[in-house]
Parts: sequence; C-alpha cells; structure tokens
Amino acid sequence: MKIVKLVWKNMMRHKLRAALTVLGIAIAVTAFGMLRTVVTAWNVGVEASAANRLITRDAVSFIFTLPLSYKDQIARVPGVEDVTFANWFGGVYIDKNQFFARLAVPGDNYIDVYPECIVPPEQLAVFKKERNSCIIGSQIAERYNLKLGDIMPVDGDIYPGKWEFVVRGIYTPKDKVTDPSNMFFHWEYLNERMKDQSPGRANQVGWYVIKVKNPAEAASISQKVDALFENSPAETKTETERAFQQDFLASVGAILTAMNVISFVIVGIILLVLGNTMIMSARERTQEYAVLKTLGFTGWHIVGLIGGESLLIACLGGGLGLAGTFPLVAGFAAVMPKGWFPVFQVETITLILGVSSAVLVGILSSIFPIQRAISTRIVDGLRQVG
Amino acid sequence: MAADRRTMIEITNVSKSYRRDSLEIPVLHSVSLVVPEGEFLALMGPSGSGKTTLLNLIAGIDRPTSGNVIVNGVDIGMMNESTLARWRSSNVGFIFQFYNLLPVLTAYENVELPLLLTSLKKKGRREHVEAALRLVGLGDRMSHYPKQLSGGQEQRVAIARAIVTDPTIIVADEPTGDLDRVSAGEIMALLEQLNAEYKKTIVMVTHDPRAAEKAHTVMHLEKGELSA
Ligand SMILES: Nc1ncnc2c1ncn2[C@@H]1O[C@H](COP(=O)(O)OP(=O)(O)OP(=O)(O)O)[C@@H](O)[C@H]1O
Ligand SMILES: [Mg+2]
Repeated sequence: MKIVKLVWKNMMRHKLRAALTVLGIAIAVTAFGMLRTVVTAWNVGVEASAANRLITRDAVSFIFTLPLSYKDQIARVPGVEDVTFANWFGGVYIDKNQFFARLAVPGDNYIDVYPECIVPPEQLAVFKKERNSCIIGSQIAERYNLKLGDIMPVDGDIYPGKWEFVVRGIYTPKDKVTDPSNMFFHWEYLNERMKDQSPGRANQVGWYVIKVKNPAEAASISQKVDALFENSPAETKTETERAFQQDFLASVGAILTAMNVISFVIVGIILLVLGNTMIMSARERTQEYAVLKTLGFTGWHIVGLIGGESLLIACLGGGLGLAGTFPLVAGFAAVMPKGWFPVFQVETITLILGVSSAVLVGILSSIFPIQRAISTRIVDGLRQVG
Repeated sequence: MAADRRTMIEITNVSKSYRRDSLEIPVLHSVSLVVPEGEFLALMGPSGSGKTTLLNLIAGIDRPTSGNVIVNGVDIGMMNESTLARWRSSNVGFIFQFYNLLPVLTAYENVELPLLLTSLKKKGRREHVEAALRLVGLGDRMSHYPKQLSGGQEQRVAIARAIVTDPTIIVADEPTGDLDRVSAGEIMALLEQLNAEYKKTIVMVTHDPRAAEKAHTVMHLEKGELSA
C-alpha cells in the first residue's frame, strides 16, 4: 500500500459527497470553458474582421489630408497587398438633415478592398469606365427611390460647387455590420476639378486604406508605414480599422469585461464548493490524523494526504468539465447563426486556463484543512471523539 | 523486579499542567518513576487523575511542563518534533482504548501503515505484517475492514500494528476498556505473551483489576501523585 492509495480510499469514503463535488466542479468548469470560448471567439472575431485592413491618417488630425504620393511608398512596404484611399466629400443631397457618407475613392480598387459591399460585376465594370458615375448603398437607393442611370445632384461644401453623379451601381451589404448607406464616386473626378479650381488642394487624400496579407503583421506594418513619413510635413498614424472605430470597441469591451469577470467568479465558486468538502472531510478525520502523527507520520504526510485528495477531486472535476465543454461548444456553434463569430471553438488557452484553475483551486482548498490538521496537537486530536 | 535490570523508562520530577484559556490546570505534580527493561507495569487510578497524561509523556506524544523523561537512554524532552516523530515510529507501539484503526483500510493495510515509514520494500513489509497478524491470531482476516471485525478482533489488529515495527516499549491506554470479559482475557493473554516471550516493556493504563492482575507491578495515580 502507498500513501496514494490512502488518498484514493479517503476520497471514496463518502462516494456521494465526492461525486457531487466532482460534478459541481465539472459543471462550473464547463461554464467557465464556455464563457472563455465566447470571449476568445469575440476577440478572434474582432481581430479577423478588422486586422487585415489598416487605416493611415494624418498624425495630427483626421481633418488634414495626405499627399497622393504616399500611395506608392506604402504599396512598397512588405506585407502590403493593396492600397486604396478615400476623401470625405460631405455636401448636401436634397435634404440637409438627411445624412449619409459620400466618399471620393479610386474607381479601380476601392471596392476590391471592401468586398463586404457587393456590387454586381456588370455594374462595377460600367462604373469603372465612367468618370462621373457613383455607386450607392441599397438603403440609399431605397430611401431616395434611385435607380441605375439616375442623376444625383450634390451641393458641395468642403469641395464647393455643384456636382452631379450618375448612379451606375447599387451595392448590397454582405452582413449586418456593413453600412448599407454609403455613396462612392471617382476620386479622379474630384481631383480634376481641384486641379482646375484650387490647385493647392489637388492630389490630396483623406486617408489611406491598406490591405495586409497577414493580419498578424498588422502591428509591424503599421509601424513601418508610419516610419516612412516620420519627420515629413505630414506624419501619419496607422492602426487597424477596428481600433479606428473606437465606439465599436468601447461597447463590446464592456460586455467582454463582464464575461471575463464572471468566468473568474465561477472559479471562486468552485473554490467554495471544494473548500467546503475538504474542510468537512478533514474535520471528521481529526482523530485519524492524530493517530497517524502518533505513529510517526509527519506534517508532510498530512500535506500529501489532504492536498492529494483535494487535487484529485479538483482534477477529476476539471477534466470532466473540460471534456463537457467540447460537445457544448460544438452544439452552440451548430445552432448559432453563421457569421456571428468567424471562429468558435475551444482554444488551447481555454484548456490551459481551465486546467490551471482546477489545480489552483485544488491547492487553495486544502490549505486551511492542512493548516488545521498539522497545528492540532496529537493529545488534543486523540481526545476528539470521532 | 531484579535491581540489576537495565532502566527502560526514567521519569524525574515531572509536572504537567494544561492551560485552558487563562486558567492553569495542574495534572501531574512532580512525578518520579523508574521502569526497568522487560517490566509489565499497570497504572491505575480514578478518572481524571492523569493516567493518560503520564502515558502520553512516556510515549513522546506530549511534553512535560517541567522535569525529565528519559526512555531507553534518550531524553525525549530534548528532541524536536520531527526527531520525536521518527523516534516514536521505531521505539513505541501504541494501543488505544478505541483501537483507532483507519476505517478505510483493511486489517492488513492498517498494520502495514507504520512500516510505510521504514525503508522496507513491499515484500519485506508483507512478511512483517503477516507475521504480526498471525501472532495476534488474525492470519485469516487480513483483508477485512475494521467494521467487519468484532471489538476484540479490532484491538488485536491494533496490537499487531503496535508490534509490527518491533518497538522497545508498548504503551496501552485501557486496552480492554471497551471489551467484554472473554475478549479482554484474550487481549491480556496477548500482552502477557509479548512481555514474556518478546521481552517488550509494557506500560498499561487500566481500570480493570482483572487486567491489572496480569501485570508485574501496579501503581496508583491519585490527584497527580504516584504511589505503589
Ligand atoms: N489536552 C488537554 N487539554 C486540557 N486538559 C487536559 C488535556 N488532557 C487532559 N486534560 C485534563 O487533565 C486531567 C487528567 O486527564 P487524563 O486524561 O490524564 O486523566 P485519566 O486519568 O486518563 O482519566 P480517565 O481515566 O478518565 O481516562 C483531566 O482533568 C483532564 O481534563
Ligand atoms: Mg485516560
């Protein structure tokens, strides 16, 4: 017989109590795993949907423009797949109070970089060929009852004058998060008029949009781009599109924080469940520990006995709980609408967190009973009526 | 009680008091006692007179408030906890009134417990455990759990556990206190045998005059003081 066998037999002494404790830990660990999976999936989603597009803007303020010449320099940075750009046009279309974004963009590649705006290929082809054409979102088409070939007159403010655009394309958004109310027209059309009327504002770009090959390189590419224009009259600030959309991040951040907190509250609950079981068990065995000490067993043996039992229960519960996480997550993934999360699976980090929480709980739960068993004097322990 | 026998236990001016809250409860008053090797001593006395306390001091599971306890030539009052624990495991066999077997372990495993602290391998342990259980007449009950045994049998398992490490002294606190007459007789016969054949020095606390009869010497403890 080994001490390990005594640990096992001690645990099996109250089979129902041990089973309930293991089950309680398992359920909590499953909930923990599920929550962590959602948190991780969310983070992955934010990263994946955004990180392959970077926004480069003027380092000082969004309202300053950048030279067109930056485009080729940015395009040469390793890891950059495509570079496009946009100017905020502003202006008034029909009603001053009805706002929607109007952007001057390069006709040749802007839509390629924003594939979530789905334009029928034949419409896109016509748009690309016609200097003063535009593409509008389906919501704008609906709101103003616009059809292909209609003309949209816009009063310019940032770029003064009367402007007219021919609707040559209507895009539909790929998913719910894509804005269906934008209007895109040819930047070249705008630039020609600037060359004519106010040459100082020609060849100026509002912001660049960089499509990167590997989202993991987003940070290093951002740094390289900004380094290119350091100490130039127009320094830049490059960041992921999602980081750029601060509002979005802030609101999701609060939910994520809540889920994070709850997942660790669950670890606290496991601690209470196991701690309670261990304290009850150790109290019942006060006399037995005194007998063991009488026979010559030392404090370390007691640590092994109580700590071992606690760890055993924690690991059984943790293992069972993590095993239960997989089918639960798979079930959720099956019933969840596609596109909520690009990736929804149990990640390695979740497993590591689950296992280490279980081990930590196992250790913490045994500290108090161990301390009690060791500090009880033998004569007092023996007098205790079991 | 020949005077030429070696001294096994020597207690000199031992006092013991317990502290309960701020109250000092004196239990033993300057007790002195010499027990020669091979002695079978019975300690008697009314309840609360300090018999268990004295036994615990001899066995090294408690420490005197003042005075010396020398067992087998060593002053156990001078040892630190872990040395004392090791000393107990190789020198003292314990027999309790309520047997104090671990309920989750079989008779075999209970007797094997003290051997886990030795360097004996599994095979060596088996030989010792089987010999001890056969000696107490339970060679056929090795795989029984305590609750499957009678009180007398449980106490015999406890005796096997006490002798399996071949200790020099055996302390027994009311070993027959919870047993019927027949079982008590068997236990006393065993203790006599251990004393006569295996030369174990035995100190036994008892209320039972029939048990005390088997001892060589009977001493009385009354209000913390010892008399013959
Ligand atoms: N650990 C302890 N803490 C406080 N008081 C104690 C402790 N152990 C013993 N005492 C007190 O010391 C006195 C003697 O106790 P002890 O157990 O030695 O008596 P005893 O002679 O063995 O009695 P019994 O025949 O009932 O077993 C009692 O008054 C008891 O209350
Ligand atoms: Mg007593």
